[in-house]
Amino acid sequence: MSTKKESLFSKKNMKLIKDPLNDSNPISIQVLGICSALAITIMLENAFVMSMSVLFVLIMANVVVSLIRNMIPDKIRIIVQLVIVATLVITVDQILKAYVYEVSKQLSVFVGLIITNCIIMGRLEAFALGNKPGPAFLDAIGNSFGYTWILLVVGFLREVFGSGSIWGFKFIPDSWIISFDPLTGGTDGFYEHNGLMLLSPIALFLVAGVIWVQRAKNRKLIEEN
Amino acid sequence: MLDIINIIIKSIFVENMIFAYFLGMCSYLAVSKSVKTASGLGAAVIFVLCVTVPVNYLLENYVLAEGALWWLDEDYGVNGSGTMDLSFLSFIMFIAVVASIVQLVEMIVEKFAPALYGALGIFLPLIAVNCSILGGALFMQERQYSSIGEATAFAFGSGIGWWIAIVALAAIREKIRYSNVPAPLRGLGITFIITGLMGIAFMAFLGIEL
Repeated sequence: MSTKKESLFSKKNMKLIKDPLNDSNPISIQVLGICSALAITIMLENAFVMSMSVLFVLIMANVVVSLIRNMIPDKIRIIVQLVIVATLVITVDQILKAYVYEVSKQLSVFVGLIITNCIIMGRLEAFALGNKPGPAFLDAIGNSFGYTWILLVVGFLREVFGSGSIWGFKFIPDSWIISFDPLTGGTDGFYEHNGLMLLSPIALFLVAGVIWVQRAKNRKLIEEN
Repeated sequence: MLDIINIIIKSIFVENMIFAYFLGMCSYLAVSKSVKTASGLGAAVIFVLCVTVPVNYLLENYVLAEGALWWLDEDYGVNGSGTMDLSFLSFIMFIAVVASIVQLVEMIVEKFAPALYGALGIFLPLIAVNCSILGGALFMQERQYSSIGEATAFAFGSGIGWWIAIVALAAIREKIRYSNVPAPLRGLGITFIITGLMGIAFMAFLGIEL
């Protein structure tokens, strides 16, 4: 082989990591993997654990599928991919149950739903099936970080305003919270948590806000209607 | 009987797949541009849920759950000496069942009901990787319905709930085309906000019980 070997960190490959962070973000632009992104962002910790699980599954699945891409018969490729992803998700689920049981209880069915997370199937179909393991690895990293930052932003905002804490650490003292004293009949405190932030539909508004900011900054991304 | 109706009502309105759990959002957002196609996809989801959840229910209760293999041998039962808990396999089994049943349903519908195939055909392969189908199976496992009837009622209700959600969104999106939405919110952004508002509206049903 006389062709010059392309470096793993060439400009073209770095683009694979950078693009999904912003201009082709899996959540806000490609509309993939929304299901889990919204439901588990009440707490920052849950959002972080979820993103790390997706990161692991996406990287492993992308590399494995890319390694065996020439051996997969075209007709049954979806099933093959599902089996690979399901195996990885079972591993993640068992690890979460063993080490962070509380979080895994709160994530409940959403860990299992990583199997049908559109980001994973989408990247496998669109990228891993047609590319070498190296670029597939970078693509997986880029896309899972694109997913992670949106989850963390939404999780951060919901936890700060919804329960007045960051990563479970309460920074708003209890004495600030409005409370009613039945003995004296007076009220105390001046601050109240925004309970709306804990409801699930609010995550949709926050993601819509991210989309708004992103598209206002880059006008090329605006859709027709 | 009241139990069954209660489960159906609850899974349509209170625990709506889209508004309460965001399951199947990807196809919900992608295929909601016109009411006709949205309704077709919704019907396909109802159909597939009603087939896969009962099958997964049997699988869960006679193979995977702890001590569920009692019908093979007394020893495998809950109190037997060789009791087995295969529930760690449930993800892979459920998704395998869903993928193969979707394939099977596609072939059967194509052979025996060509008109229905014409209407649902393009959506069926999409559904194998729709979160709401696997989500239905996983919720069925988590909530431990006491009979196959209840599990089917849950599947039917969830399907109807999904159908209502996608048809309603498609109807609103058809109208919103004539409104002056701020440019960066056009398309995806406004759809998110509409879904959020619909979700808050659906919260009015919270706590309903027959």
